[in-house]
Amino acid sequence: MKEFKGKILFLDRSDINTDEIIPAKYLTEIEKTAMKPHLLEDLKLDGFDSGIDIKDKAIIVTRENFGCGSSREHAPWALEENGIAVVIAPSFARIFRQNMYNCGMLAIELSQDRINTIFNEFGKATAQISVDIEASEIVIQSKDQIKTIEFKISEFDKTLIQTGGWVEYADMHY
Amino acid sequence: MGKTIAEKIFKTHLVDEPFGDVNVLKLDMVFCHEITTPTAIQDLVNRGKDRVFDPKKIKAVIDHVTPAKDSKTAMQGKILREWAKRHGIKDFFDIGQNGVCHAIFPEKGFVRPGFTIIMGDSHTCTHGAFGAFAAGVGTTDLEVGILKGVCTFKTPQTYKIEIVGTLSKGVFAKDIILKVIKELTVNGATNMVIEFRGNIVDEMNMDQRMTLSNMAVEAGATSGICLPDMTTVDYLWKFIKDDYSSRQEALEVFSRFRSDDDAVYTKLKTIDVSDLVPLTTFGYKPDNVKSVSQMKEIRLDQVYIGSCTNGRLEDLRIAAKVLKGHTISKHIRGIVSPATPKIFSQAMKEGILKIFMDSGFCVTNPTCGACLGMSNGVLADSEVAAATTNRNFNGRMGKGGMVHLMSPATAAASAIKGEISNSNLYCE
Repeated sequence: MKEFKGKILFLDRSDINTDEIIPAKYLTEIEKTAMKPHLLEDLKLDGFDSGIDIKDKAIIVTRENFGCGSSREHAPWALEENGIAVVIAPSFARIFRQNMYNCGMLAIELSQDRINTIFNEFGKATAQISVDIEASEIVIQSKDQIKTIEFKISEFDKTLIQTGGWVEYADMHY
Repeated sequence: MGKTIAEKIFKTHLVDEPFGDVNVLKLDMVFCHEITTPTAIQDLVNRGKDRVFDPKKIKAVIDHVTPAKDSKTAMQGKILREWAKRHGIKDFFDIGQNGVCHAIFPEKGFVRPGFTIIMGDSHTCTHGAFGAFAAGVGTTDLEVGILKGVCTFKTPQTYKIEIVGTLSKGVFAKDIILKVIKELTVNGATNMVIEFRGNIVDEMNMDQRMTLSNMAVEAGATSGICLPDMTTVDYLWKFIKDDYSSRQEALEVFSRFRSDDDAVYTKLKTIDVSDLVPLTTFGYKPDNVKSVSQMKEIRLDQVYIGSCTNGRLEDLRIAAKVLKGHTISKHIRGIVSPATPKIFSQAMKEGILKIFMDSGFCVTNPTCGACLGMSNGVLADSEVAAATTNRNFNGRMGKGGMVHLMSPATAAASAIKGEISNSNLYCE
């Protein structure tokens, strides 16, 4: 099982699509490691610089419909290669969400209000999150405060995370 | 309580329900292309599981970059080619026989009403036009599909969209689906299956239904399904004539999958398209939709006609009708890519390709390349394209480029004028 804790990368925009996460021109790469330098390089967002802002981050907090568009699993791979194994948002595109769990990574859905709270209270500072899957809780911490938020994870998704992904699970069962 | 078509397909394909609403479904078809499959193949090889569940149920094509443009894309083709060969996958379409996956697989008769289909490509929902449950998946789902012939999906929630009224001349299936996406927004159908209903869908031919189903994913939908009817049977008849005594019998069998009258839907919407005008996108999301006449003086650099959305024969016929006797604007690079060799050949026979060429278009081989900025028509920074494709994301056809989605008629008219404009097939 991967480790789900670290510094937050805030991406304050809805509908960030997989072309923005990893542009199609890198889909000719067969090795996942080749995705690493190109994560979010086409994302246009005020104040965001992919070359600077991704470094040392482990968790993305963002807005609705993250990962829409193409089915490319290169999007989770590009996150994984940069040490990001968790995305927290009000909602995800179906294929992206399934790809995350299939790879043993977390796509956590929180209510719009909760996401607003995280942006408002932690978005300006350096903050980090640690995820406790057993307790279904995330703990957000900055210099000034700590907040614990519950989240829902299905038994199936939890099993995928714990077995390391869908290939392992399917091979055991079907 | 009645069932929707998606519920009926799930019921007939259910292998396991390991947790709550997780349905493990048996797959009738696994489609593959050279961009998302090689990584799956390599992972299977690395795990010592280089096997396929059934070579007859796996179909593969090289379509995204063909001919290969560099050593990396040549290697992707090589991995797919050698894999198809060593596993006896007979339906593998390589250069000379290859075309855009979501055009060539239906054309070869690989899709049936009631089928479950996955592919590592988000526009797999196209095949829902035949009354199949077809969904795009990532590489891991594809890998398990190849190995085990199963895939998991949540219990389907269905969004029934009734498209009714009378369509004006010069307004097409592409305009309808842009209207649907505008109304639903880009995540309005996330985790849902769209069921396209209504007299307009009933009257559509299969090419038109495929345009409709193709873009269901742009509203977030898992699949976009049209119910099977005699139009479906007629399209498939040459492939199924030995299996049924008559078209009527085939229709009766396929009709078992049609949604019941008392089926329960999660959401319902009726869209009357009688007043619908030609539409186009204006921003970086497929739900940023305006009427073509509202787009004032949008100067274009490139016009692209093709893709799994609008690269079929009818699309080319319509564009040629607009182009005939005209030349495209001097500053426009016109590119048309017939979606399959069969479409290419038929378009040649009908004189359509000559009309394109006489007007100044470049005719390329069948490929997806330009649509996602991989090959055969990539935009430069700050360039603007009119395209019959399905995504207008920032940089989609090339970094810094802008894409306006529209019907083949509007694209052809825009090529002539050099800016976005209505076709002469449409009378305001």
